[in-house]
Amino acid sequence: MFAYFVRRVLAAIPVMLVVALFVFLLLRLSPGDPAAIIGGDMASPEQLAAIRQNLGLDRPLHVQFFVWLWQLLHGDFSTSLMAHTGVLSMIGQRLEPTLSLALVATALTVLVAVPLGVLAAWRRGSWLDHTVMSVSVLGFSVPVFVIGYGLTTLFALQLHWLPVQGFKSIFDGVGPFAYRIALPALTLASAHIALVARMTRASLLDVLGEDYIRTARAKGLGELAVLFRHALRNAWVPILTVIGSGFALMISGVVVTESVFNIPGLGRLIVDAVLARDYPVIQGMILLTSGVYVLINLLIDMSYAISDPRIRY
Amino acid sequence: MKPSRSLIARLLLPLGFAAALHAPHALAAEKTLHAVMSSSLRVLDPIATTAQITRNHGFMIYDTLIAMDEHYQPAPQMADWAISPDGMVYTFTLRDGLMWHDGKPVTATDCVASLQRWARYDVGGQLMMKSVKSLVATDAKTITLTLAKPFGYVLPLLAKPSSVAAFMMPERVANTPMGQMITDYTGSGPFTFVAAEFDPGNRVVYEKFAGYVPRPEPASGTAGGKVVKVDRVEWINMPDRMTAINALASGDIDFIEQLPMDLLPMVQADGTLTSGVLSDLGNMTGGRMNFLYPPFNNPDIRRAALLALNQQDVLQALVGNPEYYRLCASVFGCGTPLESQTGGENLVKGDHSAEARALLSKAGYDGTPVVILQATDVPSQAPQPVVAAAALRKVGFTVDLQPMDWQTLVTRRANQGEPTKGGWNLFFTYWNVQTIWNPVVNPMLDGGGQKGAWFGWPTDAHMDALRNEFVQASGDAAQKAVAEKIQQYAMQQVSYIPLGQYHDVSAWNSHVSHLLKGPSTVFWNVQKDD
Amino acid sequence: MSKPVSLGLPAPRRRWAKLPRPPLAVALAALVLLALIGMAVFAPWFTHHAPQALAPALRLKGPSAEFWLGTDAYGRDLYSRIVYGARVSLTVGLGVAVFSVAIGLPLGLLAGYFRTLDALLMRVMDGLMAVPGILLAIAIVSLSSAGLATVMVAIMLPEIPQVVRLVRSRVLSAREEPYVEAAVLMGTSTFKLLARHLMPNTLAPLIVQGTYICASAILTEAILSFLGAGIGTETPTWGNIIAEGRLYFQLKPGLVLWAGLALSLCIVSINLLGDAARDALDPRMKKR
Repeated sequence: MFAYFVRRVLAAIPVMLVVALFVFLLLRLSPGDPAAIIGGDMASPEQLAAIRQNLGLDRPLHVQFFVWLWQLLHGDFSTSLMAHTGVLSMIGQRLEPTLSLALVATALTVLVAVPLGVLAAWRRGSWLDHTVMSVSVLGFSVPVFVIGYGLTTLFALQLHWLPVQGFKSIFDGVGPFAYRIALPALTLASAHIALVARMTRASLLDVLGEDYIRTARAKGLGELAVLFRHALRNAWVPILTVIGSGFALMISGVVVTESVFNIPGLGRLIVDAVLARDYPVIQGMILLTSGVYVLINLLIDMSYAISDPRIRY
Repeated sequence: MKPSRSLIARLLLPLGFAAALHAPHALAAEKTLHAVMSSSLRVLDPIATTAQITRNHGFMIYDTLIAMDEHYQPAPQMADWAISPDGMVYTFTLRDGLMWHDGKPVTATDCVASLQRWARYDVGGQLMMKSVKSLVATDAKTITLTLAKPFGYVLPLLAKPSSVAAFMMPERVANTPMGQMITDYTGSGPFTFVAAEFDPGNRVVYEKFAGYVPRPEPASGTAGGKVVKVDRVEWINMPDRMTAINALASGDIDFIEQLPMDLLPMVQADGTLTSGVLSDLGNMTGGRMNFLYPPFNNPDIRRAALLALNQQDVLQALVGNPEYYRLCASVFGCGTPLESQTGGENLVKGDHSAEARALLSKAGYDGTPVVILQATDVPSQAPQPVVAAAALRKVGFTVDLQPMDWQTLVTRRANQGEPTKGGWNLFFTYWNVQTIWNPVVNPMLDGGGQKGAWFGWPTDAHMDALRNEFVQASGDAAQKAVAEKIQQYAMQQVSYIPLGQYHDVSAWNSHVSHLLKGPSTVFWNVQKDD
Repeated sequence: MSKPVSLGLPAPRRRWAKLPRPPLAVALAALVLLALIGMAVFAPWFTHHAPQALAPALRLKGPSAEFWLGTDAYGRDLYSRIVYGARVSLTVGLGVAVFSVAIGLPLGLLAGYFRTLDALLMRVMDGLMAVPGILLAIAIVSLSSAGLATVMVAIMLPEIPQVVRLVRSRVLSAREEPYVEAAVLMGTSTFKLLARHLMPNTLAPLIVQGTYICASAILTEAILSFLGAGIGTETPTWGNIIAEGRLYFQLKPGLVLWAGLALSLCIVSINLLGDAARDALDPRMKKR
């Protein structure tokens, strides 16, 4: 197990290098001049040249790349071209809201989607199954911002139950935190709930036909016990995969959700950085999200081993 | 149980750091004004960039030697002035009690260094320096500016509120080399910048500067006493404009600098909200052509394009509410001392597309596509290109409308290459009327060609001669006469296409009062009741 | 052994995985999709306003006999824009699906067959996959230009690695099949082996994957428009219609809802067809 872990971590290094190089080239080979953005409306060509020189943007590309890589190796994510703030500290400022949003949304997904999927599988072919299945298709067929606006209109503007925007840290109290995060988390979770519910249903159906389930039923175990203790436990692996691989889905959702609900998170940071051509921030952010992606995949694979003893490495 | 708890604690540790930044700051009685500004503050150097939001930031934490009152007259702010009888020597005397945010006193040496840095960046400042013999600190409180040749615009330039305003910084900051941004945000203005809480793209925090001594006069424009009546101002960036209005209605924020005009009814329907215009002159929007390449290197074709456009359509799409826009064909803007609409009649009334078509074919237009740049992410700049493209097509132009984000546009428009190879033919923007209201500050009237002129790079010796004539003209009447000639000539040459003047509408909660009118949104004098 | 066994699929394992008769929902989905495609292809027949024709004086008007769904912020006919929007949105969906399969398929075949190439190629694909697709797309669009082609490339790029992985895994398992080994022993040329014996194995799952890519591409286009990195306003797409209308969501919800409805209907239909195709073609993939 440990050897496998080490091997996987080592294998991630070339992947991250590919990401770094790719992102770097993508940014630097496309038009866009941070100096023109910094200089503003009236900057003369000499002023722009001076800014470029100052930022090191006039150096050859490969030099810029290796300088960046060298800094990275020393744990230095360099600083924003615009705000002169360290990239890492900018990310640190934005980490909590995004993390909160993603975790609450994931929790919500598991809490809502898994029981729904189990129910649908259990009552396969019933109106319940059909409702769950058709509503879930809608879940990932409606753009996340339309869902966001819909929920806002209903719960915030019509019913006045929840606020329209904003974020409160959980350290300011669980109440205010939950009050602010409920709508965004639900918005973000919607597509995910749909996917996970369907996956749970399908995966459970696979299992429900197996002999040991019949045995369990024959033994006179209650339906709930059969479903959750026996069936779900064995159907867990594909469900976990969907939850984990939903990370990519979450990222795109986070970017949009943070805009709709004005949550100062990483999604907005990166959109702003792209629009401002703030290269170090974009590079740092993409590297970070890719790292998290690799890590999550690793964790999922590890958890397979734990949740399903049949899988060996 | 124990190990897992420590694991959780360790996992939460990084969150704790983030939380500290979000923790409610200090005392409960503290009064914080939450404002949503028109764009997010990216660059913190108000001298090195002309972005309006950075200028507004400048007025929060910096002060100016002299300022412009609500009647556009220069008035003392940090300093009083005296002018020698021959008009060649200006003496500025710093008032008592001026202090940097680090507690050190403001000296004349600081101010001289600041003025020198400003004059390297500001177009008007560069022009002024050509006439200046010396600029020195004669003692700790006195700054002396001696002219080599007559220049009547010293006071208006130093007082001007619009980019780039001559903000005063400590000497060590002002000595930042050309091309480098300042990284020390020490000013002497009524607010201090809270660097630890600056979250670019999300939040900028200012605190009242306890050591600021306001002038005794009432506030007027950027002049008069800057009395701060709140403890803290937070600028919050909200990417979704509808969210901002909902947040205003729910009391999460107190002020929106720029309301989308179409959503005004939502604000008006809400009894707890107030809306109004804070800038008196507002903005001029317009188009600028590239003089280097066909088809717009031909004045007749430029004129045909001018004839094809119609302000009413542009303003309707951009603003939509006639209460907040006015048709205006003056290159200096309307409601300004130099206003004149000569030569721009077609822009403001009637349909001249037949005339435009005739002129276009007479000029021998060969169908060269007109590359129009459109910034899609800036609501105040997205509609003009779309309306213009339709109007130009209608009279026979081939148009290639290229959508992009504003930052790409900024990069593209600086490209002097051919329009088909990364260059351009036409782009649109808007200006605070104060940044175009006379021939000295109006960038579109610079005829300095590829080296000196503003994007579009016209080479126009005649225009430069006229501008020179303006600077040397003495007396309002004489200046007005020259300005009239410039207006006429600018319309003939189509230095730019004025597309009308409009106001930004701000909205605020009813417990907020005493907002100051002026070219820049400022937060002194503003009161917030409980 | 010149004729490989059907598609190399095992027999359905369970009773309920047998080919089902197309249920009502699937038939409906096919109908909706056909209608949308018809609308896109024959857009001029269905409309009497050009989607770009603007009249600022008539902006933000409610539905009328002249403008069936009202007008947008430029005074353009919303109905015409939605009809023409189908063209671009469907082009994006189909285009992305076809091209990502067309590019991913050969790469996957090569990676699955040549072990040396595999390591290198898959590291690159892993890297591409590790970059969240939407971030990549935003970056590509705003860094180059906001045209149809750019947007398609931007949406397609993150999809390719998925296709490559799918094809590769199919090739890896098919390689072990006796008929493939036999073909190798008989000296069949590599090209022929890939094209004749290995590729057919991948087609069924690819068709299924393609429909999902198509649906997600249409959705991603909308998200890009929402984030300001979409196709310019002169070319109506459902995404940019919704994105431009969102400012008015509380005042004139129709500006968002009608295009949203078209978009969602379309995606639901494609997803349902995808499900049906999967059930019919590839019971092994019976998931979701």
